[in-house]
Amino acid sequence: MSNTPVNNDRRRFLTAATSVVGGVGVVGAAVPFIASWNPSAKAKAAGADIEVDISKINPGQLLRVEWRSKPVWIVRRTPELLASLAKNDDMLRDPNSEEDQQPEFARNEYRSLKEEYLVLVGICTHLGCSPQHLKDGAFAAHTEGVNDGFFCPCHGSKFDMAGRVFQGVPAPLNLVVPPYYYIDDNTLLIGSEEGAA
Amino acid sequence: MWQNLLDWIEYRIPMMRVAKMHAMEYPAPKNMNFWYVFGFLATIVLINQIVTGIWLTMNFEPSAERAFASVEYIMREVDYGYILRYMHSTGASAFFIVVYMHMFRGMIYGSYQKPRELLWLFGMFIYLALMAEAFMGYVLPWGQMSYWGAQVIVSLFSAIPVIGPDLVIWIQGDYVISGATLNRFFALHVIALPLVIVILVFLHIVALHEVGSNNPDGVEVKRKKGSLKEEEKTKFKMHEYYTSKYDIIDDVVPFFPHIVLKDLVAFCIFLLLFCYVMFFNPEMGGYFLEHPNFEIANPLKTPEHIFPVWYFTPFYAILKAVPNKLMGVCAMFLAIIFLFLIPWLDRSKVKSWRYRSGLHKWNLLVFAGVFIFLGYLGGTPQEPWKITASQILTFMYFGFFGLMWLYSKNEVTKPLPERITK
Repeated sequence: MSNTPVNNDRRRFLTAATSVVGGVGVVGAAVPFIASWNPSAKAKAAGADIEVDISKINPGQLLRVEWRSKPVWIVRRTPELLASLAKNDDMLRDPNSEEDQQPEFARNEYRSLKEEYLVLVGICTHLGCSPQHLKDGAFAAHTEGVNDGFFCPCHGSKFDMAGRVFQGVPAPLNLVVPPYYYIDDNTLLIGSEEGAA
Repeated sequence: MWQNLLDWIEYRIPMMRVAKMHAMEYPAPKNMNFWYVFGFLATIVLINQIVTGIWLTMNFEPSAERAFASVEYIMREVDYGYILRYMHSTGASAFFIVVYMHMFRGMIYGSYQKPRELLWLFGMFIYLALMAEAFMGYVLPWGQMSYWGAQVIVSLFSAIPVIGPDLVIWIQGDYVISGATLNRFFALHVIALPLVIVILVFLHIVALHEVGSNNPDGVEVKRKKGSLKEEEKTKFKMHEYYTSKYDIIDDVVPFFPHIVLKDLVAFCIFLLLFCYVMFFNPEMGGYFLEHPNFEIANPLKTPEHIFPVWYFTPFYAILKAVPNKLMGVCAMFLAIIFLFLIPWLDRSKVKSWRYRSGLHKWNLLVFAGVFIFLGYLGGTPQEPWKITASQILTFMYFGFFGLMWLYSKNEVTKPLPERITK
């Protein structure tokens, strides 16, 4: 036993300093455990961009492709359909796409790069179900006067043919427009915007 | 010889001391009724889940490609594999049935009141861990409902402002629910959460034995040291850990064998019902095992209706009742948080509903009814009237807590008996 008088300040400082250093060590050691939950290199590779041939889509038809394991819809909209979109505006939550659910290029009336082709992630913004494409009047059963749209069977959310959400349904936001661009007239690339990557 | 061996062990580890303290000489109120068997039953079911779970992992393969097929393999090709799996799946639902009964018992007899607040909290944490455990277990067979149920639950986190979407990717380990998600849920389901649950159950029992068991009269059987006359004290030999601190009134019996034997009777009845379900009705009409789960997970095809398993449906109904996503998620979590707060929301000094106001009795019964009705609404296909109904019932659910907080402060109660027998 040493006879040196106890220096309490020094003890307190050393206890605090040791605790802080120990705490940093714990945080450092936690990194691999937390970071290992991130998508692996393999998962990131599987989430890469895809190319889609759109030359064979008939007017009114919906083509479903898989991107990042999610359904992506490509709908070729008829001119009549495009013309009918504007009259939905009063029934919609976000008719002008003010919420950040699309790349900047799709923040327009038709929510698309070329108005004819609508590209959407087919996952309901409520709780992740995949809505059904109801066309040629089938949608009117859910919303009077609107012949075409997307209806989510899980909780009844409704979207028009620009992926815009109707009022009074559980889904809070318009359907997501993924980043995409046209490589040429017949080929679409989903996953990146032109110029990026 | 035998005694020598016991003495040899006892000198090195307190085996008999613990057995006496927590069983043979643990004072249990003699008026414990059938409501008091569910803790015992929950322990039995926990053991069943652990044992059958270990055996299931021997043949289950936790990958998106093989999980569904390996469950079918267990069902069709492993000898008695179907029994092991049905013991486990029926056990999951049975667990929630006994836990809900156990919780309601605590509520009607005021078993959460001072000094049992921590006991209630440990119980609630067990319930929370159990919900996580059951949810992740349901994902493992990788059927349609496994996949889409996980999709709905995990995407709840996306409602969190700012970090939500990144948090979801982190939980999933991918941009969608995938094999990576399945694998980590498997790890959590078979190792992490069972460990947590077992530790919490241990703490729950330690806390229970420290404060002592409540009873249907809510009259404490442990009295201040020196406050009882010799003839009022129990004639049974109770452990000195209790008798050195308290006088124990003559209304108790030793936990073993008296209470254990009664529990065993309940266990026989429980086993009869359990076996009926397991052998003749393991799907329970689609409530214990949902029909879409007999189809392999398909990320591109949503089932027509997505429901969680029955024990989550009351909370699911609350989630759906609120039109705003973030608010809905908040309401759902609040519904659980309020259960945690019961010991502080109930300000009455009288524990059992036997001696409390008619208002309190009705409040409890209505709450139970609301919970069941919400479960019905959350587990059946969406219809317009159901939205209104679940909104009213959500309001009533929270109203239970608010009302209790209001009336319990100055509640008119009946006089408590001095003793359980008098």
